[in-house]
Amino acid sequence: MGEAALWIGQVFNGLSVGSILIMTALGLAFSFGLMRVINMAHGEFLMLGGYLAFLIQQGMPSPYSPLLTLPLAFLSGALVGWLLESGLVRFLYGRPAETLLATWGISLVLQQAARDLFGPSGVEVTSPSWLAGALEIRGGALDGLGLPYVRFFVASLALLVLGLLGALLRWTRIGLHIRAVSQNREMAAALGIHTRAVDGFVFALGSGLAGLGGAALAFLAPVTPTVGQSYIVDAFLVVILGGLGSLGGTVVAGLLVGLASALLQALTSVSLAKVLLLLLVVLTLQVRPRGLVSLRSRALEEV
Amino acid sequence: MGKGRGLLGALGLVSLVGLSLAQGEVKVGVLHSLTGTMAISEVTVKNATLLAIEEINARGGVLGRKLLPVVEDGASDPATFAQKAQKLIQQDKVATVFGGWTSASRKAMLPVFERLGNLLWYPVQFEGNECSPNIMYTGAQPNQQILPALDWALEKGYKKFFLVGSDYVFPRTANLILKRHIEARKGVLSGEEYVPLGGTDFSSVVNKIRAARPDVVFNTINGDSNVAFFKQMAAAGLTPDKLPVMSFSIAEQEAKAIGPSLLKGSYAAWNYFMSLETPENRTFVKAYQTKYGPNELITDPMAHGYANVYLWKAAVEKAQSFDPNAVRKAAVLMGWVSTPLGRVRFAENQSLYQAVYIGELQGNAQFKILWSTKEPVKPEPYDPLAFPGKTCKLH
Repeated sequence: MGEAALWIGQVFNGLSVGSILIMTALGLAFSFGLMRVINMAHGEFLMLGGYLAFLIQQGMPSPYSPLLTLPLAFLSGALVGWLLESGLVRFLYGRPAETLLATWGISLVLQQAARDLFGPSGVEVTSPSWLAGALEIRGGALDGLGLPYVRFFVASLALLVLGLLGALLRWTRIGLHIRAVSQNREMAAALGIHTRAVDGFVFALGSGLAGLGGAALAFLAPVTPTVGQSYIVDAFLVVILGGLGSLGGTVVAGLLVGLASALLQALTSVSLAKVLLLLLVVLTLQVRPRGLVSLRSRALEEV
Repeated sequence: MGKGRGLLGALGLVSLVGLSLAQGEVKVGVLHSLTGTMAISEVTVKNATLLAIEEINARGGVLGRKLLPVVEDGASDPATFAQKAQKLIQQDKVATVFGGWTSASRKAMLPVFERLGNLLWYPVQFEGNECSPNIMYTGAQPNQQILPALDWALEKGYKKFFLVGSDYVFPRTANLILKRHIEARKGVLSGEEYVPLGGTDFSSVVNKIRAARPDVVFNTINGDSNVAFFKQMAAAGLTPDKLPVMSFSIAEQEAKAIGPSLLKGSYAAWNYFMSLETPENRTFVKAYQTKYGPNELITDPMAHGYANVYLWKAAVEKAQSFDPNAVRKAAVLMGWVSTPLGRVRFAENQSLYQAVYIGELQGNAQFKILWSTKEPVKPEPYDPLAFPGKTCKLH
């Protein structure tokens, strides 16, 4: 395996990690963009999707169960998110510190519930046979390059999600309402848009995306009660780098963080790459304090 | 003269009986994480320790006195371990303490035991490079786990080694020792990578392993990160049958949690496997499963935790005293003791002579034993190549 193969492999890994970051960060960016809510329990929706994937695989051990898992993970994430929004978060709008604490409390409760239900150590979700293995290149300059199918699967899922989300925002009535509320909440309300319903819908949508991301992640990594924590920090990093609340910025930042960390990891070590990446983000924010794509009132249209 | 000695003996016996009648019991500390991230591993060691105490009590105790275990929770936090150790020694006045798992918790407790002159029985394999008169180190030293695994791999014809580990003291020290020995034995180090504890993204590491084309991977990753590592290796086409992996922190319980199907065919090196076919081990496994449940798995640190109580008992009986200083002196003089691990005895550095086994993981989370050392291996806390000039002489 030559140098070229190593670097192409790393670019591929970076895009794949980036696509996971985008899926986990989109929901965060969404609820911040619209409602100025920082949802600390967002990582636990990932966990939910992961455990759901596990339960479905236990109950229905068919190689095609992931195809059923993904929509179900989305729906159950959305349902729990909607319950959280209508039962708690909506009473705290306009009070960022209280929302932060309340959602953090929820995340601890959900973690402990998972620990009680599934035990403190992780559960295993096996990749179906049609996702096992890798696209392997033999001979030539790229000899030894191996691109795992499961990473193609996760990346295409992220692409599909982005496409659907763009279409939803641009061409549907609810999308129009979301854009209107994010641009000018009072005006939208005055024009008869039910902003409360829009808030609930968006929060549920973001949570659903996290659930979906969690189910996809289960093919790559362990599902544990604390799985959410290991992704939430990176997701926050992406949201801040992209520009708070900006969906377009989230996509750009997700890909950039994924690529930068993969290339830094190839040049140095995994631990050092994490430090360098943080340093890069800090430096970027020095130059562009409001993120790569700074938030304007029309930010949601950029998707 | 003879008469005098007999009288003294009789007096001693009378005072001993008087003591046991007056106190009846002797307290021993059991200090493990019962909560927090380490609880999953340490609760089972606590269970094995309590089983041994119960068995000993059922047969009359030690020097005629029943053992009264005082169980404390270290809560996966080194500072708590130090506090609880102090509490056990000063407030409960325990004769000795069984416990600890992580190197961080051991290093936090060490000054407490040295200051208060008590004795800790530590049951887990570790990185060596430490030597205290107040700790009995019964888990493997590096030369009783990682170096025999290296010898075995070289014997099998593996020449190129890739080292992956979690980024903390055990993997770093273990790999430092491995590198010196790979060099000395004309092997090739084809790469070395560390991932933060708890990390789940192994895409770059797997890519680097593919690029390096090693013959075997030596794995000192800890905890759930192992799931991500083995999953992503398998997804990249590097299953254990194509690229063998030798792990040092995966025992039966971890294998079950990670998923035996993912690990099937990979190797591990320990001083004990549940599948050991000896009468002592079969008795131990049966007793444990009778007490805690028929599907319970037993691991190396649990077997060490269980054996530690019996080793302490033997040392107390040799010393005819519960005094920690007398016990540790007697321990290194008492010779071979048979345990579920096999025959073991203490060396002058207060670590155990013990056998090393290499196992291959089966689909049922049990290891098939492929190889073992012919004789128990002498413990060596300071590797002569990695830490030249340092020695551990306590007696």
